[in-house]
Amino acid sequence: MRVRKNIAANEEGFLFNPTTGDSFSTNSIGVEIISLLKKDISLRDIVDELYEKYDVDRALLERDVEDFSLQLKEFSILE
Amino acid sequence: MNSIKKKPTFVIAVTGINAIDSPGPGVAVIRAIRDCKDFETRIIGLSYESLEPGLYMHDLIDKSYQIPYPSAGTDSLWERLEYIHKKEHLQLIIPNFDAELFNFIKLENQLKLNGIATYLPDLKQLESRDKVKLLDFGKNHGFYVPEDYIIHEFKELKKAVDDFEFPMVIKGKFYDAVIVNSTDQAEKAFFKIQSKWGLPVIVQKFIKGTEINIAALGDGKGGAISIVPMRKLYITDKGKAWAGVTLHDESLIALARKFIAETRWRGGCELEIMLSPDGKPYIMEVNPRFPAWIYLTAAAGHNQPAALVKLAFGQKLEPFGEYEVGKIFIRYAWDLITDINEFHKISGSGEL
Repeated sequence: MRVRKNIAANEEGFLFNPTTGDSFSTNSIGVEIISLLKKDISLRDIVDELYEKYDVDRALLERDVEDFSLQLKEFSILE
Repeated sequence: MNSIKKKPTFVIAVTGINAIDSPGPGVAVIRAIRDCKDFETRIIGLSYESLEPGLYMHDLIDKSYQIPYPSAGTDSLWERLEYIHKKEHLQLIIPNFDAELFNFIKLENQLKLNGIATYLPDLKQLESRDKVKLLDFGKNHGFYVPEDYIIHEFKELKKAVDDFEFPMVIKGKFYDAVIVNSTDQAEKAFFKIQSKWGLPVIVQKFIKGTEINIAALGDGKGGAISIVPMRKLYITDKGKAWAGVTLHDESLIALARKFIAETRWRGGCELEIMLSPDGKPYIMEVNPRFPAWIYLTAAAGHNQPAALVKLAFGQKLEPFGEYEVGKIFIRYAWDLITDINEFHKISGSGEL
């Protein structure tokens, strides 16, 4: 799964899809996930990286990252 | 030696200066033209009524004249334009209302003989995209267009209501569209639109989706000088965009390019698109003039009205390059203050 090339995302978590005109906002963890996805890092590696960085239950983290990626796909941010 | 080249000054008359809640495009067209640094302008506003806001915008419009309603015909229009031309030495007229285009196109040669340019589609092009013929147009040229019935008398409404599922759309031949959810609503909408715009009335299948409009400028030879798609972000109860954002979608640009190539469209136009959830771009309407949001094209780097002026004066233009995506317009209401004498002047003498 990759972030579409034309998606504009800023550091504050504002996303704009120039093909559809849709805009979204996400929180700081969302920004972090999107920036990792933009570097073509897999969801599994993203979970690993976030698990190293934050004090979080791994199963919960995996589920949240999965949910978030599905939302991004639904909103055509991921291709 | 003076190396400074003097800019030409063009006298340009513009209609559609009713910047009201359902605005005409005139004021936005003038604003874009005024932005262009390649020429100076003297702008003449042409109005139908005494309370069109553009009349009182003296920073945009140098002088205004009332002109007869389109229903008065070409003779009355010409008589009035001849009077205005004697005083103002018009060089270009940019009409901005669907209903007046027929008369201006009919007068095109007469205007040209008097040194007044226009940059309009011809009658065949104008009629090909007429709401009444849009479905055939779509079928002939391979565009998605919603099914419709053209209703010439009330009794025909029943067949349309029986054939289409609710909701459906009842439309006037020039303006107005009402979404109806029952036979009763359909009948009421039919009579309301018939009394305002006459027959035929169009009953169109309702297409659910995202509303996207495309402003485009054709060179009359099949080439598109500019194509800018905009998604409506805020829609008024009259279906007008009150806010919108420029998009970049190659499929929409290709659709507009195809429309211009196949019709060899000359001048400005607006394609109203409904993008269905399965990604089909339905052409809901083609407006044969610039839209009221046209200033957004100038703000995004494609000044379509200024380009039209250059084309009208015979300049050869290359198509614009990239435009700024994510540029937003937000319309707003502003109470313009004027004096009763101004109103008196335009109402009494037809000039301001």
